[in-house]
Amino acid sequence: MIYQGKQKIWSEYQKEIPDDHWYYVRSCIRQNFFPASERMFTEITRNVLGKDIYETPSHTTCGGIAYHCDTIPQETVMTIVARQFALMTEAGYENYVASCITSFGNYAEILETWHEFPELETKIRELLWKACKKEFKKPKYLAHSSDLIYKFRGEIAAKGRFRLVDKETGEPLRIVEHIGCHYAKMFPHKGVGGAEYPCVLSGMIEAWGGQVIDYPERRHCCGYGFRQYHVQANRGYSLSNTHKKFESMEPYHPDAIITNCPGCPYFLDRWQYVIAEQTGKTYGRDGFGIPVFTYEELAGLVLGYDPWDLGLQLHQVAVEPFLDKIGIEYDPSAKYKGLDKKDILRPGLPQNLKCF
Amino acid sequence: MGKLYDELAKDYRLKEGLKTCINCGTCTAICPAAEFYKYDPRKIVDTVQRKDDAEIEALLKSDTIWYCGECMSCMTRCPRKNGAGLVIMALRNLSARLGYFTYSEKGRQLYPLTKIMTGNILKYGYCVYPETFKMEDHPEAGPVWEWHTQHLRDNMERLGANYQGKGPGILRKIPQESLDELKAIFDVTGGTERIETVEKYSRAKADEMGMSMDEYTTYTFKHCSEGHFNNED
Repeated sequence: MIYQGKQKIWSEYQKEIPDDHWYYVRSCIRQNFFPASERMFTEITRNVLGKDIYETPSHTTCGGIAYHCDTIPQETVMTIVARQFALMTEAGYENYVASCITSFGNYAEILETWHEFPELETKIRELLWKACKKEFKKPKYLAHSSDLIYKFRGEIAAKGRFRLVDKETGEPLRIVEHIGCHYAKMFPHKGVGGAEYPCVLSGMIEAWGGQVIDYPERRHCCGYGFRQYHVQANRGYSLSNTHKKFESMEPYHPDAIITNCPGCPYFLDRWQYVIAEQTGKTYGRDGFGIPVFTYEELAGLVLGYDPWDLGLQLHQVAVEPFLDKIGIEYDPSAKYKGLDKKDILRPGLPQNLKCF
Repeated sequence: MGKLYDELAKDYRLKEGLKTCINCGTCTAICPAAEFYKYDPRKIVDTVQRKDDAEIEALLKSDTIWYCGECMSCMTRCPRKNGAGLVIMALRNLSARLGYFTYSEKGRQLYPLTKIMTGNILKYGYCVYPETFKMEDHPEAGPVWEWHTQHLRDNMERLGANYQGKGPGILRKIPQESLDELKAIFDVTGGTERIETVEKYSRAKADEMGMSMDEYTTYTFKHCSEGHFNNED
Protein backbone atom coordinates (compact mmCIF):
# COMPACT_ATOMS: atom_id res chain seq x y z
CA MET A 1 0.00 0.00 0.00
CA ILE A 2 1.26 3.48 -0.88
CA TYR A 3 0.53 6.04 1.83
CA GLN A 4 0.09 9.67 0.82
CA GLY A 5 -0.52 12.99 2.57
CA LYS A 6 -1.82 12.76 6.13
CA GLN A 7 -2.08 9.00 5.79
CA LYS A 8 1.67 8.88 5.14
CA ILE A 9 2.44 11.14 8.11
CA TRP A 10 0.21 9.09 10.38
CA SER A 11 1.78 5.82 9.23
CA GLU A 12 5.08 7.04 10.69
CA TYR A 13 3.49 7.08 14.14
CA GLN A 14 2.25 3.51 13.91
CA LYS A 15 3.80 0.56 15.65
CA GLU A 16 3.86 -3.00 14.40
CA ILE A 17 2.14 -5.29 16.92
CA PRO A 18 2.18 -9.00 16.02
CA ASP A 19 -1.12 -10.83 16.15
CA ASP A 20 -0.21 -13.74 18.43
CA HIS A 21 2.34 -15.72 20.49
CA TRP A 22 3.50 -13.43 23.28
CA TYR A 23 5.80 -13.95 26.23
CA TYR A 24 4.11 -12.14 29.16
CA VAL A 25 5.85 -10.51 32.13
CA ARG A 26 3.93 -9.11 35.08
CA SER A 27 4.07 -5.77 36.90
CA CYS A 28 5.14 -5.44 40.55
CA ILE A 29 2.71 -2.60 41.26
CA ARG A 30 -0.24 -4.01 39.31
CA GLN A 31 0.03 -7.39 41.01
CA ASN A 32 -0.23 -5.60 44.35
CA PHE A 33 -2.85 -2.97 43.58
CA PHE A 34 -4.74 -4.18 40.49
CA PRO A 35 -4.43 -7.98 40.57
CA ALA A 36 -7.73 -8.50 38.74
CA SER A 37 -6.55 -6.31 35.85
CA GLU A 38 -3.68 -8.69 35.12
CA ARG A 39 -6.09 -11.62 35.44
CA MET A 40 -8.45 -9.86 33.01
CA PHE A 41 -5.61 -9.32 30.52
CA THR A 42 -4.94 -13.06 30.27
CA GLU A 43 -8.69 -13.82 30.37
CA ILE A 44 -9.38 -11.48 27.43
CA THR A 45 -6.35 -12.35 25.33
CA ARG A 46 -6.46 -16.11 25.93
CA ASN A 47 -10.13 -16.94 26.41
CA VAL A 48 -11.99 -14.18 24.55
CA LEU A 49 -9.53 -13.63 21.69
CA GLY A 50 -7.89 -17.08 21.63
CA LYS A 51 -4.30 -15.84 21.74
CA ASP A 52 -1.20 -17.65 22.97
CA ILE A 53 0.10 -15.75 26.02
CA TYR A 54 2.89 -17.58 27.84
CA GLU A 55 4.09 -16.92 31.39
CA THR A 56 6.81 -18.61 33.41
CA PRO A 57 6.84 -18.56 37.24
CA SER A 58 10.61 -17.91 37.09
CA HIS A 59 10.33 -14.35 35.85
CA THR A 60 10.85 -11.64 38.45
CA THR A 61 10.72 -7.89 38.80
CA CYS A 62 12.58 -6.13 35.99
CA GLY A 63 14.12 -3.92 38.69
CA GLY A 64 12.76 -0.79 37.01
CA ILE A 65 11.32 0.87 40.12
CA ALA A 66 14.52 0.22 42.09
CA TYR A 67 16.51 1.61 39.15
CA HIS A 68 14.42 4.79 38.97
CA CYS A 69 14.71 5.12 42.76
CA ASP A 70 18.48 5.14 42.05
CA THR A 71 19.09 2.20 44.37
CA ILE A 72 20.73 -0.15 41.85
CA PRO A 73 23.40 0.49 39.22
CA GLN A 74 22.61 0.43 35.51
CA GLU A 75 24.56 -2.81 35.02
CA THR A 76 22.39 -4.51 37.65
CA VAL A 77 19.06 -3.58 36.08
CA MET A 78 20.39 -4.46 32.63
CA THR A 79 21.46 -7.92 33.76
CA ILE A 80 18.10 -8.55 35.48
CA VAL A 81 16.44 -7.65 32.18
CA ALA A 82 18.91 -9.84 30.27
CA ARG A 83 17.80 -12.74 32.49
CA GLN A 84 14.16 -12.01 31.62
CA PHE A 85 15.10 -12.13 27.91
CA ALA A 86 16.93 -15.42 28.53
CA LEU A 87 13.75 -16.92 30.01
CA MET A 88 11.85 -15.77 26.91
CA THR A 89 14.50 -17.33 24.68
CA GLU A 90 14.39 -20.63 26.61
CA ALA A 91 10.60 -20.70 26.20
CA GLY A 92 10.93 -20.26 22.42
CA TYR A 93 9.22 -16.87 22.08
CA GLU A 94 10.32 -13.66 20.37
CA ASN A 95 7.39 -11.32 21.07
CA TYR A 96 7.72 -9.79 24.53
CA VAL A 97 4.77 -8.09 26.25
CA ALA A 98 5.14 -6.27 29.57
CA SER A 99 2.28 -5.45 31.91
CA CYS A 100 4.11 -2.48 33.42
CA ILE A 101 4.90 0.90 31.85
CA THR A 102 8.03 1.34 33.99
CA SER A 103 9.16 -2.07 32.74
CA PHE A 104 8.22 -1.23 29.17
CA GLY A 105 10.26 1.99 29.37
CA ASN A 106 13.07 0.09 31.06
CA TYR A 107 13.18 -2.53 28.29
CA ALA A 108 13.00 0.18 25.62
CA GLU A 109 15.82 2.18 27.24
CA ILE A 110 18.03 -0.88 27.58
CA LEU A 111 17.47 -2.08 24.00
CA GLU A 112 18.16 1.43 22.68
CA THR A 113 21.30 1.78 24.81
CA TRP A 114 22.61 -1.60 23.65
CA HIS A 115 21.87 -0.60 20.07
CA GLU A 116 23.88 2.59 20.47
CA PHE A 117 26.66 1.06 22.59
CA PRO A 118 27.12 -2.59 21.52
CA GLU A 119 30.09 -2.99 23.87
CA LEU A 120 27.70 -2.57 26.80
CA GLU A 121 25.46 -5.35 25.50
CA THR A 122 28.53 -7.59 25.26
CA LYS A 123 29.47 -6.74 28.85
CA ILE A 124 25.94 -7.54 30.10
CA ARG A 125 25.96 -10.87 28.23
CA GLU A 126 29.19 -11.74 30.04
CA LEU A 127 27.77 -10.68 33.41
CA LEU A 128 24.61 -12.74 32.86
CA TRP A 129 26.68 -15.79 31.97
CA LYS A 130 28.85 -15.28 35.03
CA ALA A 131 25.85 -14.95 37.34
CA CYS A 132 23.31 -17.38 35.86
CA LYS A 133 24.98 -19.34 33.01
CA LYS A 134 22.24 -18.05 30.73
CA GLU A 135 22.25 -16.65 27.18
CA PHE A 136 19.56 -14.67 25.42
CA LYS A 137 18.15 -13.35 22.18
CA LYS A 138 16.66 -9.90 22.21
CA PRO A 139 12.90 -9.70 21.59
CA LYS A 140 11.91 -9.24 17.97
CA TYR A 141 8.91 -7.19 19.11
CA LEU A 142 8.42 -5.31 22.37
CA ALA A 143 4.92 -4.31 23.41
CA HIS A 144 3.10 -3.01 26.42
CA SER A 145 -0.02 -5.00 27.27
CA SER A 146 -2.18 -1.95 26.45
CA ASP A 147 -0.80 -2.18 22.88
CA LEU A 148 -2.47 -5.60 22.55
CA ILE A 149 -5.81 -4.43 23.94
CA TYR A 150 -5.55 -1.44 21.56
CA LYS A 151 -4.85 -3.76 18.63
CA PHE A 152 -7.89 -5.88 19.43
CA ARG A 153 -10.17 -2.99 20.51
CA GLY A 154 -12.49 -3.59 17.54
CA GLU A 155 -12.95 -7.29 18.34
CA ILE A 156 -13.62 -6.39 21.98
CA ALA A 157 -16.24 -3.85 20.87
CA ALA A 158 -17.81 -6.42 18.54
CA LYS A 159 -18.05 -9.03 21.32
CA GLY A 160 -19.09 -6.43 23.93
CA ARG A 161 -22.39 -6.26 25.83
CA PHE A 162 -22.05 -2.58 26.67
CA ARG A 163 -20.82 0.62 25.09
CA LEU A 164 -19.44 3.69 26.84
CA VAL A 165 -22.71 5.51 26.31
CA ASP A 166 -25.20 7.15 28.70
CA LYS A 167 -28.19 4.79 28.69
CA GLU A 168 -30.61 7.67 29.35
CA THR A 169 -29.44 10.19 26.77
CA GLY A 170 -27.66 8.01 24.24
CA GLU A 171 -24.70 10.40 24.39
CA PRO A 172 -21.12 9.06 24.53
CA LEU A 173 -19.56 9.15 27.99
CA ARG A 174 -16.82 11.72 28.48
CA ILE A 175 -13.55 9.92 29.14
CA VAL A 176 -10.14 11.35 29.98
CA GLU A 177 -7.11 9.25 29.11
CA HIS A 178 -3.84 9.28 31.03
CA ILE A 179 -0.83 7.57 29.47
CA GLY A 180 2.09 6.59 31.69
CA CYS A 181 5.11 8.84 31.10
CA HIS A 182 7.51 5.98 30.32
CA TYR A 183 5.25 4.62 27.57
CA ALA A 184 6.43 7.02 24.86
CA LYS A 185 7.97 10.17 26.35
CA MET A 186 11.47 8.66 26.33
CA PHE A 187 11.32 6.72 23.07
CA PRO A 188 8.32 7.97 21.06
CA HIS A 189 8.68 5.41 18.27
CA LYS A 190 8.06 2.59 20.79
CA GLY A 191 4.47 3.73 21.46
CA VAL A 192 1.34 3.78 19.31
CA GLY A 193 1.05 7.36 18.04
CA GLY A 194 4.40 8.38 19.50
CA ALA A 195 4.63 11.08 22.14
CA GLU A 196 2.78 13.67 20.07
CA TYR A 197 -0.35 11.72 19.13
CA PRO A 198 -0.50 8.78 21.54
CA CYS A 199 -3.69 6.95 20.70
CA VAL A 200 -3.24 3.69 22.58
CA LEU A 201 -6.00 4.67 25.04
CA SER A 202 -8.00 7.19 23.00
CA GLY A 203 -8.34 4.46 20.35
CA MET A 204 -9.99 2.20 22.93
CA ILE A 205 -12.35 4.95 24.14
CA GLU A 206 -13.53 5.70 20.61
CA ALA A 207 -13.86 2.03 19.64
CA TRP A 208 -16.00 1.37 22.70
CA GLY A 209 -18.36 4.29 22.09
CA GLY A 210 -16.98 6.99 24.40
CA GLN A 211 -15.82 10.53 23.72
CA VAL A 212 -12.20 11.48 24.36
CA ILE A 213 -11.97 14.65 26.46
CA ASP A 214 -8.97 16.91 26.03
CA TYR A 215 -7.79 19.23 28.81
CA PRO A 216 -4.73 21.47 29.34
CA GLU A 217 -2.70 19.17 31.61
CA ARG A 218 -3.55 15.96 29.75
CA ARG A 219 0.10 14.96 29.33
CA HIS A 220 1.30 16.06 32.77
CA CYS A 221 2.79 13.31 34.95
CA CYS A 222 0.49 11.83 37.61
CA GLY A 223 3.21 12.66 40.12
CA TYR A 224 4.50 9.19 40.99
CA GLY A 225 8.11 10.31 40.71
CA PHE A 226 9.47 7.03 42.20
CA ARG A 227 11.41 8.36 45.24
CA GLN A 228 8.87 11.23 45.40
CA TYR A 229 6.22 8.69 46.43
CA HIS A 230 8.12 5.83 48.04
CA VAL A 231 9.69 8.17 50.63
CA GLN A 232 6.96 9.47 52.89
CA ALA A 233 8.63 12.89 53.30
CA ASN A 234 8.34 13.55 49.55
CA ARG A 235 4.70 12.73 48.92
CA GLY A 236 3.72 16.40 48.65
CA TYR A 237 5.28 16.26 45.16
CA SER A 238 3.11 13.34 44.15
CA LEU A 239 -0.09 14.85 45.58
CA SER A 240 0.61 18.30 44.10
CA ASN A 241 0.99 16.93 40.57
CA THR A 242 -2.22 14.91 40.77
CA HIS A 243 -4.00 17.96 42.19
CA LYS A 244 -2.78 20.02 39.23
CA LYS A 245 -4.26 17.49 36.81
CA PHE A 246 -7.63 17.34 38.54
CA GLU A 247 -7.93 21.12 38.75
CA SER A 248 -7.21 21.22 35.02
CA MET A 249 -9.71 18.50 34.01
CA GLU A 250 -12.50 19.58 36.41
CA PRO A 251 -14.17 22.13 34.07
CA TYR A 252 -14.56 19.43 31.40
CA HIS A 253 -16.66 17.17 33.67
CA PRO A 254 -15.22 13.77 32.73
CA ASP A 255 -17.25 10.69 33.62
CA ALA A 256 -14.12 8.57 34.06
CA ILE A 257 -10.37 8.31 33.52
CA ILE A 258 -8.64 5.44 31.71
CA THR A 259 -4.96 4.73 32.34
CA ASN A 260 -2.30 2.30 31.13
CA CYS A 261 0.36 2.75 33.82
CA PRO A 262 0.57 0.72 37.04
CA GLY A 263 0.98 3.65 39.42
CA CYS A 264 -1.18 6.30 37.73
CA PRO A 265 -4.59 4.73 38.48
CA TYR A 266 -3.54 4.21 42.11
CA PHE A 267 -2.38 7.81 42.55
CA LEU A 268 -5.24 9.41 40.61
CA ASP A 269 -7.66 7.38 42.74
CA ARG A 270 -6.03 7.72 46.18
CA TRP A 271 -5.02 11.37 45.95
CA GLN A 272 -8.67 12.24 45.19
CA TYR A 273 -9.45 10.64 48.55
CA VAL A 274 -6.69 12.66 50.27
CA ILE A 275 -7.76 15.94 48.61
CA ALA A 276 -11.38 15.30 49.65
CA GLU A 277 -10.43 14.48 53.24
CA GLN A 278 -8.00 17.41 53.59
CA THR A 279 -9.96 20.12 51.78
CA GLY A 280 -13.50 18.81 51.31
CA LYS A 281 -13.16 19.12 47.54
CA THR A 282 -14.43 16.35 45.27
CA TYR A 283 -14.17 16.28 41.48
CA GLY A 284 -17.14 14.11 40.47
CA ARG A 285 -20.82 14.93 40.86
CA ASP A 286 -22.69 14.96 44.19
CA GLY A 287 -19.64 14.42 46.40
CA PHE A 288 -18.26 11.46 44.44
CA GLY A 289 -14.83 11.34 42.82
CA ILE A 290 -14.02 10.68 39.18
CA PRO A 291 -13.52 6.90 38.82
CA VAL A 292 -10.15 5.82 37.42
CA PHE A 293 -9.94 2.59 35.42
CA THR A 294 -7.22 0.45 33.98
CA TYR A 295 -7.75 -0.45 30.31
CA GLU A 296 -8.46 -4.07 31.26
CA GLU A 297 -11.12 -2.96 33.74
CA LEU A 298 -12.82 -0.86 31.08
CA ALA A 299 -12.51 -3.66 28.51
CA GLY A 300 -13.96 -6.07 31.07
CA LEU A 301 -16.94 -3.78 31.69
CA VAL A 302 -17.54 -3.47 27.93
CA LEU A 303 -17.42 -7.26 27.62
CA GLY A 304 -19.95 -7.66 30.43
CA TYR A 305 -17.84 -9.08 33.26
CA ASP A 306 -19.09 -8.64 36.83
CA PRO A 307 -17.55 -5.39 38.18
CA TRP A 308 -16.49 -7.14 41.38
CA ASP A 309 -14.68 -9.84 39.37
CA LEU A 310 -12.72 -6.95 37.85
CA GLY A 311 -11.58 -5.82 41.30
CA LEU A 312 -13.37 -2.48 41.20
CA GLN A 313 -14.08 -2.84 44.92
CA LEU A 314 -10.37 -2.10 45.54
CA HIS A 315 -10.80 1.45 44.20
CA GLN A 316 -11.27 4.15 46.82
CA VAL A 317 -13.37 6.27 44.44
CA ALA A 318 -16.81 4.71 43.98
CA VAL A 319 -17.44 3.29 40.50
CA GLU A 320 -21.19 2.79 40.90
CA PRO A 321 -22.31 6.14 39.38
CA PHE A 322 -20.36 5.24 36.22
CA LEU A 323 -21.85 1.73 36.09
CA ASP A 324 -25.35 3.16 36.59
CA LYS A 325 -24.85 5.63 33.74
CA ILE A 326 -24.07 2.81 31.30
CA GLY A 327 -26.65 0.46 32.79
CA ILE A 328 -24.23 -2.23 33.91
CA GLU A 329 -25.87 -4.57 36.42
CA TYR A 330 -24.14 -5.33 39.73
CA ASP A 331 -25.03 -6.69 43.14
CA PRO A 332 -24.20 -4.03 45.76
CA SER A 333 -24.25 -6.62 48.57
CA ALA A 334 -21.57 -8.70 46.78
CA LYS A 335 -19.06 -5.85 46.46
CA TYR A 336 -16.92 -6.64 49.46
CA LYS A 337 -17.41 -10.41 49.65
CA GLY A 338 -14.63 -12.96 49.48
CA LEU A 339 -14.60 -16.11 47.37
CA ASP A 340 -18.00 -17.90 47.29
CA LYS A 341 -19.64 -14.88 48.96
CA LYS A 342 -17.58 -15.33 52.14
CA ASP A 343 -18.23 -12.47 54.57
CA ILE A 344 -15.00 -10.52 55.08
CA LEU A 345 -16.59 -7.37 56.55
CA ARG A 346 -16.38 -4.08 54.65
CA PRO A 347 -14.18 -0.96 54.61
CA GLY A 348 -14.84 2.11 56.67
CA LEU A 349 -16.17 5.18 54.88
CA PRO A 350 -14.23 8.41 54.32
CA GLN A 351 -15.50 11.60 55.92
CA ASN A 352 -15.90 13.65 52.75
CA LEU A 353 -15.47 11.48 49.65
CA LYS A 354 -18.79 9.80 48.98
CA CYS A 355 -18.42 6.02 48.75
CA PHE A 356 -20.53 2.89 49.12
CA MET B 1 38.21 18.74 32.63
CA GLY B 2 38.07 17.42 36.21
CA LYS B 3 38.08 14.01 37.80
CA LEU B 4 34.41 14.10 38.75
CA TYR B 5 33.38 15.01 35.23
CA ASP B 6 35.58 12.17 33.93
CA GLU B 7 33.68 9.76 36.18
CA LEU B 8 30.33 11.14 35.02
CA ALA B 9 31.41 10.87 31.40
CA LYS B 10 31.84 7.11 31.78
CA ASP B 11 28.14 6.75 32.59
CA TYR B 12 26.12 5.71 29.53
CA ARG B 13 23.23 7.87 30.72
CA LEU B 14 25.43 10.93 30.43
CA LYS B 15 26.61 9.82 27.00
CA GLU B 16 22.97 9.51 25.92
CA GLY B 17 21.56 12.40 27.89
CA LEU B 18 24.02 15.21 27.29
CA LYS B 19 24.99 16.09 23.76
CA THR B 20 25.04 19.87 23.40
CA CYS B 21 22.69 21.78 25.67
CA ILE B 22 21.69 25.17 24.23
CA ASN B 23 20.28 26.35 27.57
CA CYS B 24 16.82 27.07 26.16
CA GLY B 25 15.06 25.97 29.37
CA THR B 26 12.43 23.82 27.65
CA CYS B 27 13.24 21.01 30.10
CA THR B 28 12.52 23.30 33.04
CA ALA B 29 9.28 24.53 31.47
CA ILE B 30 7.90 21.00 31.08
CA CYS B 31 9.31 19.62 34.37
CA PRO B 32 6.78 18.55 37.07
CA ALA B 33 9.49 18.83 39.74
CA ALA B 34 10.46 22.38 38.77
CA GLU B 35 6.91 23.53 39.31
CA PHE B 36 6.94 22.63 43.01
CA TYR B 37 10.59 22.26 44.07
CA LYS B 38 13.40 24.81 43.87
CA TYR B 39 14.68 22.87 40.93
CA ASP B 40 15.92 23.91 37.52
CA PRO B 41 17.18 21.10 35.25
CA ARG B 42 18.49 23.68 32.77
CA LYS B 43 20.96 24.96 35.37
CA ILE B 44 22.01 21.44 36.37
CA VAL B 45 22.73 20.39 32.80
CA ASP B 46 24.63 23.63 32.24
CA THR B 47 26.72 23.05 35.37
CA VAL B 48 27.67 19.57 34.22
CA GLN B 49 28.38 20.88 30.74
CA ARG B 50 30.90 23.38 32.19
CA LYS B 51 32.90 20.42 33.58
CA ASP B 52 34.00 22.38 36.66
CA ASP B 53 34.77 19.85 39.42
CA ALA B 54 34.06 22.20 42.33
CA GLU B 55 30.61 22.99 40.92
CA ILE B 56 29.91 19.34 40.19
CA GLU B 57 30.96 18.33 43.71
CA ALA B 58 28.56 20.93 45.15
CA LEU B 59 25.80 19.46 42.99
CA LEU B 60 26.56 15.91 44.12
CA LYS B 61 26.30 17.02 47.75
CA SER B 62 23.12 19.07 47.25
CA ASP B 63 19.39 18.40 47.65
CA THR B 64 18.91 19.66 44.10
CA ILE B 65 19.76 16.48 42.23
CA TRP B 66 17.23 14.50 44.29
CA TYR B 67 14.17 16.59 43.35
CA CYS B 68 13.66 15.02 39.89
CA GLY B 69 10.86 12.41 39.56
CA GLU B 70 12.48 10.69 36.54
CA CYS B 71 9.25 11.00 34.53
CA MET B 72 11.48 11.88 31.54
CA SER B 73 9.07 14.48 30.17
CA CYS B 74 12.21 16.55 29.47
CA MET B 75 13.45 14.00 26.92
CA THR B 76 10.40 14.42 24.73
CA ARG B 77 10.68 18.17 24.48
CA CYS B 78 14.44 18.88 24.29
CA PRO B 79 15.16 20.37 20.85
CA ARG B 80 18.68 18.89 20.96
CA LYS B 81 17.62 15.40 22.07
CA ASN B 82 19.24 15.69 25.48
CA GLY B 83 17.74 14.05 28.52
CA ALA B 84 18.10 16.11 31.69
CA GLY B 85 16.58 13.19 33.60
CA LEU B 86 19.36 10.90 32.36
CA VAL B 87 21.98 13.44 33.47
CA ILE B 88 20.32 13.46 36.90
CA MET B 89 20.51 9.65 37.05
CA ALA B 90 24.24 9.78 36.31
CA LEU B 91 24.76 12.44 38.99
CA ARG B 92 22.80 10.43 41.57
CA ASN B 93 24.77 7.30 40.70
CA LEU B 94 28.06 9.09 41.31
CA SER B 95 26.75 10.74 44.50
CA ALA B 96 25.80 7.28 45.81
CA ARG B 97 29.18 5.77 44.89
CA LEU B 98 31.16 8.54 46.58
CA GLY B 99 28.97 8.86 49.67
CA TYR B 100 28.15 12.49 48.83
CA PHE B 101 24.43 11.69 49.15
CA THR B 102 24.72 11.89 52.94
CA TYR B 103 25.48 15.62 52.75
CA SER B 104 21.86 16.53 51.88
CA GLU B 105 18.47 15.76 53.43
CA LYS B 106 16.98 14.46 50.18
CA GLY B 107 20.14 12.53 49.42
CA ARG B 108 20.04 10.76 52.80
CA GLN B 109 16.67 9.29 51.77
CA LEU B 110 18.68 6.91 49.60
CA TYR B 111 19.21 4.76 52.68
CA PRO B 112 15.57 3.86 53.45
CA LEU B 113 14.85 3.62 49.71
CA THR B 114 17.70 1.17 49.18
CA LYS B 115 16.56 -0.92 52.12
CA ILE B 116 12.97 -1.07 50.84
CA MET B 117 13.68 -1.69 47.15
CA THR B 118 16.65 -4.02 47.25
CA GLY B 119 15.19 -5.81 50.29
CA ASN B 120 11.99 -6.56 48.35
CA ILE B 121 13.87 -7.68 45.25
CA LEU B 122 16.30 -10.00 47.00
CA LYS B 123 13.80 -11.48 49.47
CA TYR B 124 10.66 -11.71 47.32
CA GLY B 125 11.65 -11.03 43.69
CA TYR B 126 9.37 -7.97 43.47
CA CYS B 127 10.08 -4.22 43.85
CA VAL B 128 6.82 -3.76 45.76
CA TYR B 129 5.35 -6.49 47.96
CA PRO B 130 2.31 -6.67 50.28
CA GLU B 131 4.31 -7.72 53.36
CA THR B 132 6.39 -4.52 53.24
CA PHE B 133 3.76 -2.03 52.02
CA LYS B 134 2.55 -1.14 55.51
CA MET B 135 -0.60 0.85 56.12
CA GLU B 136 1.15 2.91 58.82
CA ASP B 137 3.61 4.14 56.18
CA HIS B 138 0.82 4.78 53.67
CA PRO B 139 -2.14 6.55 55.31
CA GLU B 140 -3.05 7.93 51.87
CA ALA B 141 -3.97 4.40 50.78
CA GLY B 142 -7.38 4.92 52.41
CA PRO B 143 -9.97 2.78 54.19
CA VAL B 144 -10.55 0.44 51.25
CA TRP B 145 -6.87 -0.47 51.22
CA GLU B 146 -6.85 -0.88 55.00
CA TRP B 147 -9.73 -3.35 54.66
CA HIS B 148 -7.95 -5.06 51.76
CA THR B 149 -4.74 -5.57 53.73
CA GLN B 150 -6.73 -6.97 56.68
CA HIS B 151 -8.30 -9.54 54.32
CA LEU B 152 -5.39 -9.89 51.92
CA ARG B 153 -5.53 -13.64 51.30
CA ASP B 154 -9.32 -13.64 50.90
CA ASN B 155 -9.24 -10.75 48.46
CA MET B 156 -6.33 -12.14 46.46
CA GLU B 157 -8.10 -15.51 46.19
CA ARG B 158 -11.37 -13.77 45.22
CA LEU B 159 -9.60 -11.84 42.45
CA GLY B 160 -7.78 -14.80 40.98
CA ALA B 161 -4.25 -14.15 42.29
CA ASN B 162 -1.84 -16.96 43.12
CA TYR B 163 -0.56 -15.18 46.23
CA GLN B 164 2.58 -16.94 47.50
CA GLY B 165 1.55 -20.04 45.53
CA LYS B 166 3.55 -22.32 43.25
CA GLY B 167 3.45 -21.96 39.47
CA PRO B 168 2.67 -18.86 37.39
CA GLY B 169 0.25 -16.11 38.28
CA ILE B 170 -0.25 -12.92 40.24
CA LEU B 171 2.07 -12.48 43.25
CA ARG B 172 3.19 -16.11 42.96
CA LYS B 173 6.09 -17.22 45.14
CA ILE B 174 9.20 -16.63 43.05
CA PRO B 175 11.16 -19.93 43.01
CA GLN B 176 14.27 -19.97 45.24
CA GLU B 177 16.56 -20.67 42.28
CA SER B 178 15.31 -17.48 40.64
CA LEU B 179 15.96 -15.49 43.83
CA ASP B 180 19.43 -17.06 43.96
CA GLU B 181 20.04 -15.87 40.40
CA LEU B 182 18.96 -12.34 41.32
CA LYS B 183 21.44 -12.40 44.21
CA ALA B 184 24.19 -13.62 41.89
CA ILE B 185 23.34 -10.79 39.46
CA PHE B 186 23.59 -8.25 42.30
CA ASP B 187 26.96 -9.75 43.28
CA VAL B 188 28.59 -9.60 39.85
CA THR B 189 27.12 -6.29 38.62
CA GLY B 190 27.86 -4.01 41.56
CA GLY B 191 24.37 -4.16 43.06
CA THR B 192 25.57 -5.73 46.31
CA GLU B 193 28.54 -3.37 46.49
CA ARG B 194 26.12 -0.42 46.06
CA ILE B 195 23.96 -1.62 48.98
CA GLU B 196 27.09 -1.93 51.14
CA THR B 197 28.36 1.51 50.11
CA VAL B 198 25.06 3.22 50.90
CA GLU B 199 24.97 1.37 54.24
CA LYS B 200 28.56 2.34 55.12
CA TYR B 201 28.16 6.07 54.47
CA SER B 202 24.69 6.15 56.06
CA ARG B 203 26.02 4.49 59.25
CA ALA B 204 28.75 7.12 59.47
CA LYS B 205 26.17 9.89 58.98
CA ALA B 206 23.82 8.39 61.58
CA ASP B 207 26.76 8.33 64.05
CA GLU B 208 27.50 11.94 63.25
CA MET B 209 23.84 12.87 63.83
CA GLY B 210 23.77 10.88 67.08
CA MET B 211 21.10 8.45 65.88
CA SER B 212 20.71 4.69 65.93
CA MET B 213 20.14 3.15 62.49
CA ASP B 214 16.45 2.63 63.29
CA GLU B 215 16.10 6.28 64.27
CA TYR B 216 18.04 7.35 61.17
CA THR B 217 15.83 5.20 58.92
CA THR B 218 12.61 6.65 60.33
CA TYR B 219 13.95 10.20 60.31
CA THR B 220 15.21 10.11 56.73
CA PHE B 221 11.97 8.45 55.56
CA LYS B 222 9.61 10.90 57.24
CA HIS B 223 11.32 14.22 57.87
CA CYS B 224 10.89 17.13 55.46
CA SER B 225 12.52 20.44 56.41
CA GLU B 226 11.18 23.76 55.23
CA GLY B 227 12.80 25.40 52.23
CA HIS B 228 12.55 22.79 49.47
CA PHE B 229 9.49 24.24 47.74
CA ASN B 230 9.09 27.26 45.47
CA ASN B 231 6.51 28.80 47.78
CA GLU B 232 8.88 28.71 50.78
CA ASP B 233 11.72 31.08 51.67
